[in-house]
Amino acid sequence: MSHVLAVDAGWGVTLGIKTVVVLGLIPAGALILGYTFLLKMMSHMQSRLGPMEAGPHGVLQLVADGVKFLQKEDIMPAESDRHVFAIAPAVIVMSTFLIFIVIPAGPKLVVKNLDVGVFYALAVSSLSVIGVLMAGWSSANKFALLGALRAAAQLIAYELPLLLAVVGVVAQAGTMNLQGIVGAQANGSIFGWSGIGNPFILTQFVGFGLFLVASQAELTQTPFDMPVAESELVAGYMVEYTGFRFLFFFIGEFGTAFAFAALAATLFLGGWAIPGVTNTGLMEVLGPLVLFAKLMIVAFLMFWVRFTYPRLREDQLQALAWKVLIPIGLANILVTGIFKVAF
Amino acid sequence: MSATDTPVPRLPELEVDRRAWRHLADAAVGVELDTGDMILNLGPQHPATHGTLRLVVRLDGERVLAADPVIGYMHRGYEKLTEVRSYPQITTLINRIDWLSSFANEVPFIHGAEKLMSIEAPPRAQYIRTILTELSRIATFVLFLGEMGLQVGALTPAFWGFRDREHVLNLIEAATGGRFHPNFNRIGGILDDLPWGWINETRNVMKIVIDSCDVFEDILAGNEIFEARTRSIGIIPGALGAAYGVSGSNLRASGVDWDLRRDGKPYLAYPEIDFKVWTHPDGDSWSRYWVRLQETRESALMVLQLLDQLPSGPIMAKVPRIIKVPEGEIWVETENPLGQMGYYIVSKGATGPFRVKIRSASFSNVSILPWLLRGVYVPDVITILASLYFILGDIDR
Amino acid sequence: MRKPKLPGLIGGLGITFKTMLKGAVTVQYPHEREDPAPRARGVIALKEENCTVCMLCARQCPDWCIYIEGHKEKRPPRREGGRERTVSVLDRFDIDYALCMYCGICVEVCPFDALHWSPEYEYSEFRIAPLLHDKVKLGEWEATVPETEPLELGAEVKGKK
Repeated sequence: MSHVLAVDAGWGVTLGIKTVVVLGLIPAGALILGYTFLLKMMSHMQSRLGPMEAGPHGVLQLVADGVKFLQKEDIMPAESDRHVFAIAPAVIVMSTFLIFIVIPAGPKLVVKNLDVGVFYALAVSSLSVIGVLMAGWSSANKFALLGALRAAAQLIAYELPLLLAVVGVVAQAGTMNLQGIVGAQANGSIFGWSGIGNPFILTQFVGFGLFLVASQAELTQTPFDMPVAESELVAGYMVEYTGFRFLFFFIGEFGTAFAFAALAATLFLGGWAIPGVTNTGLMEVLGPLVLFAKLMIVAFLMFWVRFTYPRLREDQLQALAWKVLIPIGLANILVTGIFKVAF
Repeated sequence: MSATDTPVPRLPELEVDRRAWRHLADAAVGVELDTGDMILNLGPQHPATHGTLRLVVRLDGERVLAADPVIGYMHRGYEKLTEVRSYPQITTLINRIDWLSSFANEVPFIHGAEKLMSIEAPPRAQYIRTILTELSRIATFVLFLGEMGLQVGALTPAFWGFRDREHVLNLIEAATGGRFHPNFNRIGGILDDLPWGWINETRNVMKIVIDSCDVFEDILAGNEIFEARTRSIGIIPGALGAAYGVSGSNLRASGVDWDLRRDGKPYLAYPEIDFKVWTHPDGDSWSRYWVRLQETRESALMVLQLLDQLPSGPIMAKVPRIIKVPEGEIWVETENPLGQMGYYIVSKGATGPFRVKIRSASFSNVSILPWLLRGVYVPDVITILASLYFILGDIDR
Repeated sequence: MRKPKLPGLIGGLGITFKTMLKGAVTVQYPHEREDPAPRARGVIALKEENCTVCMLCARQCPDWCIYIEGHKEKRPPRREGGRERTVSVLDRFDIDYALCMYCGICVEVCPFDALHWSPEYEYSEFRIAPLLHDKVKLGEWEATVPETEPLELGAEVKGKK
C-alpha cells in the first residue's frame, strides 16, 4: 500500500491506512452486495421494484436503514449474558475483517501477502462460528439457541468440503500463497494457448461447484439457511438483536459474502490479473476493478441460487455434506493429483 | 414416524426457576448433566402459524416429542354474533371467517336460508355464484402455492403467489365491489349482475392462472429440494384423516375420493358441469401441494366452462321486502377451498337466526396436528403446518 | 401431469432469471395511481337532498357506525290555504370510517337513493377522529361517484333501482 502512495511512511502510518481501508471495505462490500442483489436483483426476480425512494433507484436505502439502526434503542434481554451478548456481533465482523487481509487486488495491493494465504483465509472464516454460538447462547432464547446449534453443526460440516475444494487449486498452483495462485492462473496456458491464461475454473470446475455450495452453507444462505430460517426460527441466533448490533450482523453477513466471492474469484477466475498485461503500475489501478467484476459474477451466482431454492432440512444438509460433497471433494483431489503427476 | 393412535398426553406444567438456568453452564466438567426436554412455544406470534395459532412443542433436540395446538387467540364469537344480527347483516360477518375465500363462506349460509324460505335463486345467479366461488378458490390456492414455498424457505414464489392472486382479486372486485369481503350474496340471488367486459377479462385471467400453475409446478413441485423437504413428511392415512374430520384437499391428498361439489347434495351449478376430482394416494405434504395445484388448474377450467354456459335471465328471485325466515332447522355444507364448510341454522321465524353452528374446515384440519407432529423435526412442523393450509379465522371463528 | 423437461433445480434458476428480465408489476403508488373498478367500495357518498332521515341505513348497519340526527320543521303550504307541511331536516349524518366494514348494506337499503359508493380511497388520516366524516364531507364525495356502468351480456336490463 505504501508503495502505491509513493510515500515511504512509517510502519504505524501504513498499518493505520491498511486498517482503515479494510474496515471501510467491509461495510462498502456489504452495501454493494446488499443493494445490487438483496434489494434489486431479488426484487426483480419477484416481479417488484424494491426500494425506489431513497436516492436514484433507492441506492441510498441501505444507508438510510443503517442510520435507522443506529437510532434504535440497544435492547438486551433481561436473562441474557450481557458481555457475551454485546461482543458476539463484533466477533462475527472480526472474522470477515480477517479474511480481507490476504485477498490481493493488485500486484502489491494486498494487506499482508501470507505464504499460507488460502489456509489462513479459510481458517479465520470459521471464526464466525464462535460469534454465532456466543450470540445464540447468550440471548437466552430457545429459538436463538436452536439457530446457533444448527449454525455450529452446519459450519463445521461445511468447512471440510470448502477446504477439499480448495486443495485441488492449491495442488495445481503449487502454492498456498494467493498471489502465487493468481500468478499461476495468469501465466498458465490451455494446451499451449495462453490468451486468457488458465483460470482454474476450467480444470477445477468440480472444485468451483463445491466451493460455491460450501460457501453458500458458510454464509448461511438458502438453501442452507437453517440457522436463520425465517419461517422456522424467526431469525435464529440474531432474533434478540436490535439496533446497531443487528446492523453488525447484517454487515457481517454481506461482508462475508463479499469476501467469499472475492476469494472464489481469486482462486478460480484468475483474481485481479489480466493475462498478458504485465505493467505493474497499470494493474495496481485495473486490478481491483477486474477483481470486482469477477467477484460480482460469483456473487450473482450465489444470490441467484439463494433467491430461487427452498431450504434443506438440517439432517439432509449434513447428509449432503458428508455423503456427497466430501466424497466428491476427495475424488477431485485424487484426479487432480493423478493429472499433476502425469503431466 | 411412530403411527400409533394413542392420544397425546397434556404437557406437564413447567416449574423451573428461570434464574437457576444461568448456573447450569457453570456445572463442573466431567459431571453427567441431566438432559431434559425443551418446551418451545411456536406462536402465537410466529411467521409460520399464519396468524395466531400457538403450538406448544416438546422437543428432544430438534425432534418433536409432543405438540399441543392452542387455539382461540382470534376468537371473535361469530356464532354468538349471528344471534343478534339479521340475515343480510350476517353475510357481511361470515365473510370474515375464512378471509381468503370470503365469497365461498357466504354461499352455504345463504343457501341454507333460501332453503328454509323455499326460495330458489334463478339459474343466472347460481352460475355467477359458482363462478365467484371458484374464483375465490383460485385466489386462495394460488396464494397457497406461493406461500408454501415461503414456509420451506423459497422466498420468491411467495411474491409470485401474491402477484397472480392480484388478477383474480381484481376480477372479484370488479364484479362485487369488495376485494376481500364481497358481501355479494343476497337471499334469493345476488346483488348485481356482472359489469360489461368482465367475462372476457375473466377468460384472460384464467389463462394467466393456468400459466402460473405451470410455473409453480416447475419451481416448487418439481424442485428436488422441495421434494426432499415434503415427500413422506406428515403422512395422513386416509381413514384416520376422515376420522379426525380432515376434509377438502387435505383428505383428497390422502387418497379419499370425496368432494362435496360432486358427492354432496347438489348445490349451485356444479351438477351441470364436468370436472375431475383430483386425488393423490400418498397423503404427505407434497401430495397436498400437488392436489391443490391440480385443483387450481381444474377450477380455472371450470370457470371457463361456466362462462360458456352462463344463462341469461334475472339474478334475483321474488323475495319479500323484510326477510323473515320461517321456523325450522337446516344443515348445509359445501366444499370450500379449505375443506368442508357447513352451517346449522336454527330459525324461530325472526329476522335473524336463533342459533347458528358453524363448521369450519380449518378447525377440524388442525385437530390432527398432535397426532401428525409427533416424531418429526422442527423444520417439518413448519412444512406440515404450511401444507395443511389453515386460516386462523377459520379455526377460531 | 406435465413432465418438466429439466431437473427442477436448473429449471427453477431459469424461471427466476426469466422473471427478472420480464420487469416488475409494481405500481409506484404516490407517483402513479391505480384505478379501482367502478364498483369498488371505496367511500360512501351522501346526496343530502335525497335523505329523508328515515334511519333505515343506521338501523341496518351491522356495526352501527352511522349517526343520524334530524328534526321536523313546518314549512308553508305549497298552495294558498293548504295545510302546513312537515319535512324532516337532516341535522347530522356521520359515518365513522374507523368502524365501517364496507359491507354496503346502507347503500342497498336506502329507499331514496341518497347513498352511493365511490371508488375513491385516498382519505386516510393520521388520527382516528377525522375518520368520522360528517354530511358536508360525505356530500363532497358525491362528485366522485361513477356513472352506472353497462352490464354484461345476458343480464336483465332494469337499471339499478
